[in-house]
Amino acid sequence: MSGATIGFDDVGVRYADADGDALRGVSFDVASGEVVAIVGPSGCGKTTLLRTVNRLVEPTSGAVLIDGVDVRTMDAVALRRRVGYAIQAVGLFAHMTVAENVGIVPSLLGWPRDRIDRRVDDLLERVHLDPKRFRDRRPRKLSGGEAQRVGVARALGGEPGVLLMDEPFGAVDAIVRAALQDEVTRVVRDLGTTTLFVTHDVHEALRIADRICVMNGGRVEQLDAPAAILANPATDFVRRLFEGARA
Amino acid sequence: MDSPARAKLLAQPPMMHDLAAHAMQHLILAGTALGAALLLGAPMGAICARSGLLRGPLLAAAGIGRTIPSLAVLALMLPLLGVGVPPAIVALALLAIPPILVNVDLGIRAVPAAALDAATGLGMTARQRFARVVAPLALPVALSGVRTAATETIASATLATFIGAGGLGDDIVRGLQTGNDPLLFAAAATVAMLALAVEAGLGTLVSAMEARR
Repeated sequence: MSGATIGFDDVGVRYADADGDALRGVSFDVASGEVVAIVGPSGCGKTTLLRTVNRLVEPTSGAVLIDGVDVRTMDAVALRRRVGYAIQAVGLFAHMTVAENVGIVPSLLGWPRDRIDRRVDDLLERVHLDPKRFRDRRPRKLSGGEAQRVGVARALGGEPGVLLMDEPFGAVDAIVRAALQDEVTRVVRDLGTTTLFVTHDVHEALRIADRICVMNGGRVEQLDAPAAILANPATDFVRRLFEGARA
Repeated sequence: MDSPARAKLLAQPPMMHDLAAHAMQHLILAGTALGAALLLGAPMGAICARSGLLRGPLLAAAGIGRTIPSLAVLALMLPLLGVGVPPAIVALALLAIPPILVNVDLGIRAVPAAALDAATGLGMTARQRFARVVAPLALPVALSGVRTAATETIASATLATFIGAGGLGDDIVRGLQTGNDPLLFAAAATVAMLALAVEAGLGTLVSAMEARR
């Protein structure tokens, strides 16, 4: 399945228990198959923005569109099954095997057994986990890096057109992180999945994104290709954020 | 047990062969009470884990429930429900609810937030999330509560004899009253063995579940 397009149209989010807006006037489009990194300091609204796509957060103003359709008009559960979701804490289901974790969305979608099995093996191979060795393993028996890979494989289970990742490589050491970044990027590019991923690591964003969305205080400071951001930072904030990365 | 049957039993010389029948009666008493406690306690625990509002009062009630002596609960049943098996089952069920409620609440609240976030984000309905993620993850802790409740119920069912509900307590009391030490010890040992066996059985089940993770 090829990637869906994502559109943010003047998206604003205000949490009931907060003073200011979590997001203000966010507007940009993500093309089919594009990999976009959302970077910024903690509290800048990057996770909130990500979570508006699968309606874990509902915008208080504006709209989020997938393939041109306002996500609010879709059933939230159906929407989430076609939008992959991977998070830093991974959240693997401890009572299920690796195969059951990766096959969870296909099973929710009611795929037949053999199609689920093929999908699970294919995804495990793509994230470099030998299905024969890992299928029946429990999450507790996985290393941090292996668990992250399973988390990404699980997010891709239902052949989603969009993949959302929130700090997916955050909880592993630097060497494993670099390998994971390369592998996961290759997987989503092979599959053509439109990918939105949140990170606080500008090097990671520069390394794997087609475009980088720099956020600060709930607003988009700049959205551009890595080279363009490095060459022409739009604001002092962007310049400072990428200062050490220019070399 | 109705009173003519009881009178007949008491008229007979205390016999060891009553022991098996009384053990069965004891288990039925404890098992019924435990079943009722599960049906009531587990949903109450689930409500606790969900509702910040009801959690405080329910857990407080459970805490108080655990401190009241079994005999007192049984005695309280006398003016309310009279004597016999039904009030004994009600009393034993009341005693078994707190550990079940507390552990179901504990087990559900121990489910990692990341697993819940992932479950919702991957497109589970609230019901699927409970059945496929929350309940199985909470099960070992919840079962530990059932294990405590089961052991306590089997032990406390011994006291049911004081409100005329039969069970192995009959033999213990009769052994005491008639100076029949072999009967007394045999009955006491049977209660202990039943309690230990159930404790060990459920304990093994919990460990097996945890080992699979």
